[in-house]
Order: sequence, then structure tokens, then C-alpha cells
Amino acid sequence: MSTNIHQLSLFLENRSGAINEICQTLKDAAISIRTLSLADTEQFGILRLLVKEWEAARDALSKAGFVVKVTDVTALTVEDRPGGLAAILDALAKHGVNVEYMYAFTFGSGDKAIMVFRFADHGKAMQALKAENIDTVKEMDLFK
Amino acid sequence: MSANLIWEAAETLPVEKMRELQLTRLKECVKRAMNVEFYRETFAERGITPDSIRSLEDIRQLPFTVKDDLRRNYPFGMLAVPKSELIRIHASSGTTGKPTFCGYTRSDLDTWANLCARFLVAGGLRREHIAQVSFGYGLFTGGFGLHYGIEKVGTAVIPVSSGNTARQVLMLRDAEADALICTPSYALNLAEALAEAGLKPGSLNLKMAFLGGEAWTESMRHAIEEALGINVYNNYGLSEVLGPGVSGECIYHSGMHIQEDHFFVECIDPDTGEELPDGEQGELVITALTREAMPIIRYRTRDLATLDRSLCPCGRTTMRMGRVYGRTDDMMIVRGVNVFPSQIEEALLKAGGTAPHYLIELTRPKSTDRAVVKIEIRPEDFSDRMTEMQALKQRIDREINAMTGLRFEIELLPPNTLERSLGKAKRVNDLRNLKD
Repeated sequence: MSTNIHQLSLFLENRSGAINEICQTLKDAAISIRTLSLADTEQFGILRLLVKEWEAARDALSKAGFVVKVTDVTALTVEDRPGGLAAILDALAKHGVNVEYMYAFTFGSGDKAIMVFRFADHGKAMQALKAENIDTVKEMDLFK
Repeated sequence: MSANLIWEAAETLPVEKMRELQLTRLKECVKRAMNVEFYRETFAERGITPDSIRSLEDIRQLPFTVKDDLRRNYPFGMLAVPKSELIRIHASSGTTGKPTFCGYTRSDLDTWANLCARFLVAGGLRREHIAQVSFGYGLFTGGFGLHYGIEKVGTAVIPVSSGNTARQVLMLRDAEADALICTPSYALNLAEALAEAGLKPGSLNLKMAFLGGEAWTESMRHAIEEALGINVYNNYGLSEVLGPGVSGECIYHSGMHIQEDHFFVECIDPDTGEELPDGEQGELVITALTREAMPIIRYRTRDLATLDRSLCPCGRTTMRMGRVYGRTDDMMIVRGVNVFPSQIEEALLKAGGTAPHYLIELTRPKSTDRAVVKIEIRPEDFSDRMTEMQALKQRIDREINAMTGLRFEIELLPPNTLERSLGKAKRVNDLRNLKD
């Protein structure tokens, strides 16, 4: 079973309406956004999206002319208590794993948050998580 | 007209005498050109020998020289003298990564200094003045050309060079410069800096500015004159034929007096090559009559201007040229530096990671040129990692800087966002207001 989550990464021009056009395209394809994260500079941005139907979303966005790339990311459950995230980061640091970027979201009514990680070295990160007995969230569980 | 605004008798030579002198010098020039393989071959193809030149009209038998000829003979193929005779080498931007070298013998440098002295004196520069040169000192001919011209007049030079505006302001104020030498846009920039420093026009010793190196307008002249409370003079030249000193204005601002004893200037229809009547805008074609190191014959400058042979009240008998109002090619002048879109293209190719679709946008928000390159990224080069995207931008920035010596703002765009044209791609969008 793959431990990866398929994230859609989009190049975003810095102009009004750019994100809206992406949302409209997904709306027209009847695709719901689970969560998103935006990295921006003064001139352009990178939009990262999690959707259940990532293949259909990728196709619809490409067809609409957006630069879209599928990126493997990892989702981890974080306890909603002081030190919850620190515990995970400590474990990763112990194995010398670098985090490229990360973002969080919650869903359902649980007391846990989901943290999405993009690791600099995916394989190394997977080994570290395994060694530390940290379970990853499976893609199918993200969209229950 | 007071004679002390005229540097040399040659400037007031009766027209007939000037034509005689030009013919003698043209013959010598063609002889010297025979030392250059390129000219030997192109002359041979047309059956031209030095004896073919019997009148000035015979110059029309001679072939044009274009920038590409200089590029093909890179680095020293256009020299008519052994390299040991050179005492200076300048360079101008080429259409690609390769510049064009311009060699000078000792006599060339003397001539050059003298010609710069002519237009400086024509605008009122005197021995007792102090002149600040804010042109860059380097391969660009502006800095050194004017520097030696000022020294020739006997005026003290402050070789402050370009950049560091705060220091420029300090020097202007404390060294009490009478004359400023730079590009028109930098003069405006300095005027703003002086105003910000609380220095009112007239509170400085500054009396005149000799500006050149880029296209500008009468309204810019008025703006600079008003902001600094000085007289402003235009001058023209290009390193391929010498550098600044080809022509310059006198106090009557009635066009730039061409130094006809050293340059034979024609104005042609850029499409047909036919000579145009005076007053009609065309491409300037220049023959460097006295250049020793690099005799350049009928050089297609790509600069568009008009010629005027009417009499000027200053007493000079030389023909005058109007402001350069544009180019017949796609060369841009950004902050005084010549840039060709092909250089940007080559830099992008080297940097990799972008589509061959780009647009250069030039604006002048205040007095300084703002240059932006908009580039479409290729889908396969897009990364979800910001570090990689920033690295791509930096790579492009570095390559463009290495190629042009300038900093452009880099704007990355998604594919298919720039307008596609059916014919020749539009590479430059010049939104600066450079025409009156």
C-alpha cells in the first residue's frame, strides 16, 4: 500500500482572479477541495491542493491551461496537544530528514490534525517514520 | 558669436574647402581600408580600387558596412594596423554574447579627445571650469571619451563614474562642478536626488550638462534644464566609428554639428539604401574618414535622424543632425547601455528552464529605466518547491547580467500567456516616452 498522498501543485501568476479561475475549473468538474496551501513571492505563487479525485482534477486543470504537477506528499496525524507536532519533528530531525514545506488542516470532528509534509528526500523520510513507529495517513482515509 | 566658443578653425571651414578636405581624406581612408581583408575582398568583388574615388559622390560605389560584418571579423579582423599600434580597446554590445571591439591608435585617441573638446567648448566649457563625468568608465566609450575631451580643453575632470548617487550629489555640491556629463535619464535622476537633499536649482555651481548615450526628447531637456537651472546640450557618437564626438550641439540648440572633417555622414532610406533629401528622416550612414586603427566605411548606424545643411548663427559651417528618434533594428538603450533582444534570448537559453517565449518591457516610472523580462515557464520545469523556482529566477538573472551588464526584473509567467504574433515575435514593449 502506497504511503503517498497525491498533491496537485500549480503555478500561480500574481494577478487578481488567478486562484478564482482554478476554483471555478474545479467547481465545473464537480471536484471538492479538501485543503490548500499557498506559497507566494511578490511575483508568482505556488498553490498546493489536496482533492480526492486528483486525476480528474489534474486533467481538468491542465485542459484549462494551468501548469499543474502531481507531487508525492506524506500526511501524518498530529495529536492536538502541546508538543504534538514537536514530537514528530524531533523524530524526523533525529534521522536528519529535511522538510521542504508543510501545512496543516483538520477534518471531521476528531481531536487530531493532519499535517502534510513534502520531504526533501522522500525515501529517507519513510525509513525514519518507520523506525520511529509513526504511521502515515493513507490517501483513502483522508477523504472518508 | 564669440570666437571663444569655437575650438578649432576646421569647424568654420568654408563648405567648398570642407568638401575638398573630405575627398582627400576619403581617398586616404579607402587606401587604409585596403589593409583590412574584409574591405580588400568586398572592394575586389566590386572592382573598386583607391583610384575609383575621384569625387565625394563616388562614395556611393562603396559597399555598406553593417554590425554583422564587425561581428564576423571578431575580435580583431577589422584592424588596419598591427595590434602593437593600438593603445586602447573599447567594446560595444553585439547582438549576441560577443561584443564588437574597437581599437584606437595614439592618433585616434588624440582625434577623439579633440572632437569631444569641440562640442564641450561649443556649449561653453572653459579651462577654469570643473567637469564631473558620471558616465561609466570602462568598455563603454562615454566615460573615457569625455574624460580626455575635458582634459584637452584644460578643464579639471572629476571622474566619479556611474552609480552611487549619494556620492554624486556630494561631489556636485562640494567640488563645485560647473559641468555634468552623463546620460539624460541619469541627469534627471540626479536632479531628483538633489531636490531630495534639499538643494535648490541655482544653489549649486552647476551651469551646463553634456548629455548623450541614449534617445531622449526636447521635453526631457526642458525638465532637466528647469530642475537644475542649467543649459543642457545633446551630443552623439557610437563606438563603431569612434565614440562620442561625432556630433554635438552649440548654444543655439539647432541640431548637432557633425564633425565633417572626420566623418562623412549620409542619410538613407533604410529599405532602399537611396540617399534622402535633407530634412527627411532616414538612417545615418557614417564613414570614419580619419580613423587609423579601424577605417569604417559607410557604416549603417541603424539610428534614424534628419540632416540639416542650413547656416547656423554660431558661425560653424558644418552640417547638423537632428535628435536620434529611433532605430531601424531592435536595439534598446537601457540606462545608457545598448541591449539587443537576441542577447536576452541567448541568456535565457543558457539559463534553461524556460520556454522561448519572452517579452521585454521597458518603462520609465520616474527618471530611471525599469526593465522587466517576462518569461513563460515550461510545464516540465515547474516545481512545487519554492527553492527551485527561486533558483531558476536567479539563474536567469545571472545570465542576463553576464550578457548585458544590466539587471532586469524577472517575471515568470505560465505558458501561453504572452501574446503570440503571426509574423515576427514581438520581443520588446517600450512604454517609455522617448518622442516629443
